Amino acid sequence: MANPEEIEESSDEIVKKMMFVMRKAPHGTINPYEGLEVMLIVAAYDQDLSAVFLDDGVYAIKKGQDPKEIGAKDFSTTFRVLPGYGIEKIYVEKESLENRGLTVEDLLLEVEVVDKSEVTKLMQEQDVLFPF
Amino acid sequence: MGVKLKFGILILEGPYQHQSSDSAYNFAIAALEKGHEVSGVFLYNDGVNNATSFGDPPQDDRNVQEKWSKLAQEKGIDIVVCIAAGKRRGLIDDNLIKGTRISGLGQLTDLAISTDRLVTFGD
Repeated sequence: MANPEEIEESSDEIVKKMMFVMRKAPHGTINPYEGLEVMLIVAAYDQDLSAVFLDDGVYAIKKGQDPKEIGAKDFSTTFRVLPGYGIEKIYVEKESLENRGLTVEDLLLEVEVVDKSEVTKLMQEQDVLFPF
Repeated sequence: MGVKLKFGILILEGPYQHQSSDSAYNFAIAALEKGHEVSGVFLYNDGVNNATSFGDPPQDDRNVQEKWSKLAQEKGIDIVVCIAAGKRRGLIDDNLIKGTRISGLGQLTDLAISTDRLVTFGD
């Protein structure tokens, strides 16, 4: 975590490390969808951003979603714009993928696969975590 | 006391169904009592329901929305309802508790940037 005194001194040009933590399946709750909306807004501010998909959150970026039959909107492909919005560091937790029988081939985004201990380390490096 | 911190609070769950809002409220009170600053509270996801003026719980229970309203007015804490999340759930200017206001996700971003810690309460 950042030292409060350092933040005070750098006033205007604060750049923080912020990570979006996507933990939930795409349509069981609104979290992934409204989480995506937060990502797109925060991306407009020049911060050091990253995202990690873990637990059922890995389903949010699974290819071939078609939620029409449950009357829901398919927002999955919108995740593809993230790198263009400056969120280039996109991680997926290895264990979450494996436990669900998925591989990176099943995902609609280019991601870096990291194991649980690496996720922990990445989270510890952040100033802000946005859990959705 | 030690270092004085600026806290931002993000609430993602509505009142009663989850304890998040009560915990966030208790956190805010405790932080203020310890001499810290609470720079703002941002209501998102179902958390926007913490700002509805339509709440009318039984008299022998706490009124979560009213507690937030009082805190905002008495301590001057900025409580912001996300406009997009609020519109989805029927939260508009006409049915907001006193002391809260509607604005955009940019406010959440500002809170995350300007505080020492952004503390999230939610499921």
